[in-house]
Amino acid sequence: MFEDFNWAVGGEAGDGIDSTGKIFAQALSRAGRHVYTSKDFASRIRGGYTAYKIRTSTDRIESVVDRLDILIALTQRTIDENRDELHDESVIIYDGERSWEAEIPDHVTGLSVPLRDLAEEAGGAIMQNVVALGAACAVADFPIEYLDSALEKRFGDKGEAIVDSNCQAARLGQSHVEETLDVSFEYDLETTEEEYVLLNGDEAIGLGAIAAGCRFYAGYPITPATAVMEYLTGRIEQFGGTVVQAEDELAAVNMALGAARSGARAMTATSGPGIDLMTETFGLVAASETPLVIVDVQRSGPSTGMPTKQEQGDLNTLLYGGHGEVPRFVVGPTTIAECFHKTIEAFNLAERYQTPVYLVSDLALAVTDQTYPADEFDMSAVEIDRGKLVESDELSTWQDEDGRFKPHAITEDGVSPRALPGTPGGVHMTTGLEHDELGRRTEDPELRNEQVEKRARKMETAQETESWEVREFGDPDAETLVLSWGSNEGSIREAMDRLAADGIDVRFLSVPYLSPRPDLGEAIEHAETTVVIECNATGQFADLVERDALTRVDRVNKYDGIRYKADDVEAAIRERVADPAEVSP
Amino acid sequence: MSSETVHFTDFKSDKRPTWCPGCGDFGTMNGMMKALANTGNDPENTFIVAGIGCSGKIGTYMRSYAFHGVHGRALPLGIGAKLANPELEVMVAGGDGDGYSIGAGHFIHAVRRNVDMTYVVMDNRIYGLTKGQFSPTSREEFETPTSPEGPQQAPVQPLALAFSAGASFLGQTFASHAQRHTEVLEAAIDHDGFALVNVYSPCVTFNDLDTYDYFREALVDLGETDHDPTNYASAKEKVMDFETTHEGVIYRDPDSVAYDDRKGLAADATELPDGAPDGVSALVDEFK
Ligand SMILES: Cc1ncc(C[n+]2csc(CCOP(=O)(O)OP(=O)(O)O)c2C)c(N)n1
Ligand code: SF4
Ligand SMILES: [Mg+2]
Repeated sequence: MFEDFNWAVGGEAGDGIDSTGKIFAQALSRAGRHVYTSKDFASRIRGGYTAYKIRTSTDRIESVVDRLDILIALTQRTIDENRDELHDESVIIYDGERSWEAEIPDHVTGLSVPLRDLAEEAGGAIMQNVVALGAACAVADFPIEYLDSALEKRFGDKGEAIVDSNCQAARLGQSHVEETLDVSFEYDLETTEEEYVLLNGDEAIGLGAIAAGCRFYAGYPITPATAVMEYLTGRIEQFGGTVVQAEDELAAVNMALGAARSGARAMTATSGPGIDLMTETFGLVAASETPLVIVDVQRSGPSTGMPTKQEQGDLNTLLYGGHGEVPRFVVGPTTIAECFHKTIEAFNLAERYQTPVYLVSDLALAVTDQTYPADEFDMSAVEIDRGKLVESDELSTWQDEDGRFKPHAITEDGVSPRALPGTPGGVHMTTGLEHDELGRRTEDPELRNEQVEKRARKMETAQETESWEVREFGDPDAETLVLSWGSNEGSIREAMDRLAADGIDVRFLSVPYLSPRPDLGEAIEHAETTVVIECNATGQFADLVERDALTRVDRVNKYDGIRYKADDVEAAIRERVADPAEVSP
Repeated sequence: MSSETVHFTDFKSDKRPTWCPGCGDFGTMNGMMKALANTGNDPENTFIVAGIGCSGKIGTYMRSYAFHGVHGRALPLGIGAKLANPELEVMVAGGDGDGYSIGAGHFIHAVRRNVDMTYVVMDNRIYGLTKGQFSPTSREEFETPTSPEGPQQAPVQPLALAFSAGASFLGQTFASHAQRHTEVLEAAIDHDGFALVNVYSPCVTFNDLDTYDYFREALVDLGETDHDPTNYASAKEKVMDFETTHEGVIYRDPDSVAYDDRKGLAADATELPDGAPDGVSALVDEFK
């Protein structure tokens, strides 16, 4: 019973909520359970409320639900914020000895555990959250050895004594519930022999970058992209790379561009406000034909917007941002594992076509920790394609009659040879001014046309030769077609499972390529109703779909800052099912 | 190409400069080419990043690996290029508007970061390319179409700005004092860290105040005084003396260690295997 189990810890910002939640998630992952987490930040009630929520199951899960089985509440606000998610079987763990008088909803069980006192007994009040984790193990009937192992991972580098006192604190919490209070519950968290890794979307992008040979990262801190930089720092150096914290995003993108020009695989990551600044240089990256990966981890806009909230509102700026006509790739992973795979692909596209790639992720992917089998991140499958990088001995084919290298040579596929600085015989300049094959400024109409057409031809070549595969789920012959991009994939898939159980079949195409993008026309024609689901108000992806397929689609939009839950998607699709009469009872 | 055979004309491209006859940028560029050749560099290991402005055309007129980017962002581009391949000789060149106005933020942080590179500012105290508006180094009384009564604001003091940001090398030269100009640039190239050389490079078309004659009259050549550039106190005095315009190496920190050396960066960041780098699977295990 309750195989799909939901757990949360909440309190004030600064209460160590994130690290407490992460420890429990790690314990569940090490116990061979799937984990999908989310974070709540201050919202309905003003103040510093924050919570780390875990949904766990022995099956694969990829979305959140509005239900809580165990809630560790460090503040009354935590209880109030989550009142609607509590049910008759829910248990709230709180410290009744502390100054606040907990108001526990009538239908819910409140367990008062002297978190601080027990923590002090174990060696310090700082461990009170760990006491609560021990108590949670008791309530959920979860083997505490997995918590020990997660505590060892978290505190191992601080020494054995610290690990031991944390494990002791957890045991005091556990035995308080089991022995002092002498209560037990119906929860019984099964463990399995599966081996999982637990990571978030920003970490997956960082991991993908290192796997793809990225050796230079420059960035400026911004939620929710900072974790990419923090992940790379201290790790990329082990592979001969470096991270620079730049003075702003104008500098970050130019540093990455310079590094790419030198020949390193280079990347920068930011969110909407930083994309605005980087747009200044974006056209230069494309005009100079330099391979560069720019990550946009979207958050709610416009302007500073809601920095800790979900939105997919940057699509138009990524597709069209920048003056003039700028060729580009826009690739958008739809899951955390895809953040890894698409990052590697982004580097290959960038170098193969010497064109900037926007890798667009979103807050829901960035802040969610999710489990995967370790072989999902199979390093032996990684292929690095550097495109038309030429060595000195091949240079002569690419020189003019005076022996000058042509970095923007006109070719059939639009891609020119690339000689890195330091290569004998490859000396050349390039510029953001329109240029000739030699990279020198020109305003000659014919040469201008040649370069515009050459850059466009690269995109045509890419459109024809790359695979642009969509991720397809559900019944290929269903009358209802659902299209989406970004992190919504998980909630849509769960909603589909529930609908299928009710006899409502849906075909779902999760689209990871925004530009160039696959032709969805046939799928749309085949369906009775097409529903486009996305996290923004105007339907930016729906606009693209309508334009490509010369048709109208149904739009489902959400822009309140909260990611889609399966419930939302389920309700929206039910409402739009082509002909309700055909639905089997 | 070995360094013995490099002549400064090897750094000259076959593109004829379109600068106005008499423009200071000719002299500035000649000195750069000579200094690069004299310090054992060749066009194949040199990467020049040019700003936007009349000055920024220098990347076209010289022959080397070169990049001409967007207005004001030459320094971060040069920093990225150097850090990804520390074996390159990186030289950034641009105007006073490019470096001290739109790029002022990058200027301060480039000084602090102390990456091993040379920054040549071709300071004509005006916006040349956009035809004669006042620049951040223009004098308060300088009348231009956008400052009919003068800019009404104090000029930027680049040397003092850089000094207060912890500069490890400060030089100032004059485009028509070819020998001194070249010597200072050579010292800047040899310096281990970020070297700023502010070059007075007169605009003969739009600036009738800061002319060749003016600079010839005003400049005090530190090479003919007993100034010791490694003496911090003496350098500070020169840098803070806004009444006097100095020429020569003003400050040089002999103990400077460049950022790239502090970070221990290797030269092979540009070479990659065909697949994921060895040892990367350990990163996956970290998530267990
Ligand atoms: C973003 C942007 N704003 C404005 C311009 C127009 N612009 C080109 S050069 C320049 C000023 C150049 O002055 P300076 O850097 O002193 O170079 P100079 O021409 O004097 O050598 C300006 C404002 C531009 N190219 N880009
Ligand atoms: S306008 Fe001034 S700075 Fe520009 S080329 Fe002519 S003299 Fe030189
Ligand atoms: Mg100027």
